Amino acid sequence: MIDQLNISENNFEQCIKCTVCTVYCPVTAVNPLYPGPKQAGPDGERYRLKHRDFYNEALKYCLNCKRCEVACPSGVRISDIILSARNRYSRGSAGLRDRMLAHTDMMGGLATRLSPTVNGLLRLKPVKLAMDLTLGIDRRRTFPAYTPRKFTTWYRRHAAERQERFANQVTYFHGCYVNYNFPRLGKDLVKVMNAIGWGVQLMKDEKCCGVARIANRLIKQATDAAKVNLREIGAQVEAGRDVIATSSTCVMTMRDEYPHVLGLDNAGVRDHIMTATRFLYNLVESGRVKLAFKPDYRLHAAYHTPCHLVRLGWGIYSTELLKMIPGLQLTILDYNCCGIAGTYGFKKENYAYSQAIGKQLFDSIAEAAPDIVATDCETCKWQIEMSTGLKVANPISIIADALDVEATRQLNNV
Amino acid sequence: MKFDTIIIGGGLSGMTAGITLARAGQRVAVFSTGQSALQFSSGSMELLGQLDGQNVERPTEAYDSLPAGHPYRRIGKAKWLDLLGRVQPMLSEAGINTIGDSSRNRWRLTPLGKLKPAWLTLDDFATFTSPGKLPWRSVALVNITDFIDFYPQFLAPTLERRGVKCRQESVTIPRLEKLRQSSTEMRAPTVARLLDDDAIRQIAGRLNVIARDVDALIMPAVVGLRDDHQLTLLRRLIVKPVYFVTTMSASVPGIRIQMQLDAYFKKLGGTLFPGDTIVRAEMCGDRIQAVYSVNHGDEPLEAENYVLASGSFFGNGLVALTDRIVEPVFGLDVDAPGARAEWYKPDLYDAQPFMSYGVRSDDSFRPSASGKTILNLYAVGSILGGCNPIKEGCGAGVAMLTAMAAADRILE
Repeated sequence: MIDQLNISENNFEQCIKCTVCTVYCPVTAVNPLYPGPKQAGPDGERYRLKHRDFYNEALKYCLNCKRCEVACPSGVRISDIILSARNRYSRGSAGLRDRMLAHTDMMGGLATRLSPTVNGLLRLKPVKLAMDLTLGIDRRRTFPAYTPRKFTTWYRRHAAERQERFANQVTYFHGCYVNYNFPRLGKDLVKVMNAIGWGVQLMKDEKCCGVARIANRLIKQATDAAKVNLREIGAQVEAGRDVIATSSTCVMTMRDEYPHVLGLDNAGVRDHIMTATRFLYNLVESGRVKLAFKPDYRLHAAYHTPCHLVRLGWGIYSTELLKMIPGLQLTILDYNCCGIAGTYGFKKENYAYSQAIGKQLFDSIAEAAPDIVATDCETCKWQIEMSTGLKVANPISIIADALDVEATRQLNNV
Repeated sequence: MKFDTIIIGGGLSGMTAGITLARAGQRVAVFSTGQSALQFSSGSMELLGQLDGQNVERPTEAYDSLPAGHPYRRIGKAKWLDLLGRVQPMLSEAGINTIGDSSRNRWRLTPLGKLKPAWLTLDDFATFTSPGKLPWRSVALVNITDFIDFYPQFLAPTLERRGVKCRQESVTIPRLEKLRQSSTEMRAPTVARLLDDDAIRQIAGRLNVIARDVDALIMPAVVGLRDDHQLTLLRRLIVKPVYFVTTMSASVPGIRIQMQLDAYFKKLGGTLFPGDTIVRAEMCGDRIQAVYSVNHGDEPLEAENYVLASGSFFGNGLVALTDRIVEPVFGLDVDAPGARAEWYKPDLYDAQPFMSYGVRSDDSFRPSASGKTILNLYAVGSILGGCNPIKEGCGAGVAMLTAMAAADRILE
């Protein structure tokens, strides 16, 4: 309301210098070189507006978890200010490593074609050492495996046709991870949606959501891809279909960073972009569909809310859905950042900070001693699997496993 | 999503209402735009510290002298006295241990070296039964080296005037040294995060040397961000009593209180929605049908009852536009004069009129919009107005007692 008097786009005038953001910043807690969200964000912005020389390269340590924004009592978009400043003022362009890490779709496209070789290579110590020394990708980091067959290939060959028989249709934004690394999650989503009588469509052209490009200062590339996505999402919305994703980060990026960081207007479609768990929860909650679960299913899962899902405020949809599974014992972990933040934790200069940030989460998982960790973010999954040795699954995959497909189809007259 | 009660605001008032209702078995949701004023807590909670410019020694006896529109008067004396007895047990169930008594204020030591009346204070803070005489002959005021938000030189004169010999010391350990690379981040919570068990043991070793020839140690409140585990450890390891004084913001004990209230609320089955703002309501006659939030968009958030604990100006419960003061969620009627010039006095230290503005409400704290009472909405805490929490020292009392009174109404 008072925002109408602002001159900035990111509400920094509303900062009252209370320092609450800094309290909740996971980076400040482990890295004294990082000036903290208040200094890096609204405080620094005042100076940067006067002259770009006030830009501090230490802003690169921000991992864009957006916890500062969740904590801010005044609605300042601190993380957006920092991201925008990095893109606007940082000298020099993104190097080879950052470009490789950021182009998750292009690298994925290449790697899937050669997946057995690439996967093998990425596990070899000499290769990891070479990447560490030449590129600055930390040798201790475990890479996610690439799939030999993309999700989209599977969908075209084995799923597309039977989607047509469903009266209700929803569109799935699969993202790079499902397509190039882990098609199983996409298949799980199709399984669950089909069981309740919903067909799953893909967009004609889907680009990477761009979160890694934005984080690595490849704004032009991010904007080009975002424009294609917005056009395609617009077409889906026009056809009466919502667009759902199994990655909380893809959803956050397309809903919030497209307008706030890339300056693209998504007002017409924003409300139609959501996580698969929100979509499914609403169907169940409103009584439109019913879920039936296997009577003998037993599992103890510890649920970790990814930072971007905390920012979206939608963790509850995932946990409420999981609570519907009778055989599932659910521990909801406290909000703690896992530390990887997409490409951040792959970089040599960040690896130690990344693991230090995640320690609290890893300790709380060890304390809960679950069979499996549930979370809606793929990079949280990599980080937790590497750091705890436990398996991590998306809530949609857990639901797919626990679902009694036949009984569910009968309940929904499919 | 459906709940029995939806609470707007997650500060001291909202969490008190949430805990009271969740304990009675209700399904409760708390929506909180961001962190609350608790992040600036002094470590004390005030019931009534000043009346007509005079310190209040016995708050319960001063009750009858309060103006009729004061939230305490509107609760009613019998009910107010009954609620007073419920606060300390509720806090202690949440793991927040306090000392204090509503029939007699204690005196707390402020960061600037003043003695002020206080009702309930965290049990590790320095408080006294009388402002004249202090229980020590000598103390050491121990700062963390280069920590910029604690001022022993302000505290020493106050203590020395009352016959306490003061020594100023500072301690550090290697991991705190690292913090000094970025002096702007040498804030209480940042220090607290580095003080794990090992660090506490190291610091305790140095403190014990200092403690040898004094009666007590006084330190900035930089220990125990999430719970009181490290506090307990420190006090166990030090041979003399250790007392804390709050620092400049953000307040470590305040953050701890918030986290403990949040955790207790969740343990009782409550649902927290951090970082989400309720923006509008859908009405059905005189009742709220559903509210809507930024994060949940067009998803209706439905409840039987709603509690508005969105605070005053800091919490954006009230918003001052250039020409009027508004309540932004429901468009409630606000008791405030129209002319901006009347909102404040030029002398900062005067009782500022805007501090006592609030929404208009009936005897059950149900507010009105365009003159019509909303039947399933209760306003609690500082958005009620009718008092000046800074001048009267009554902010925490109003926050918790009105919240409990409203929760009781809902449960009736």
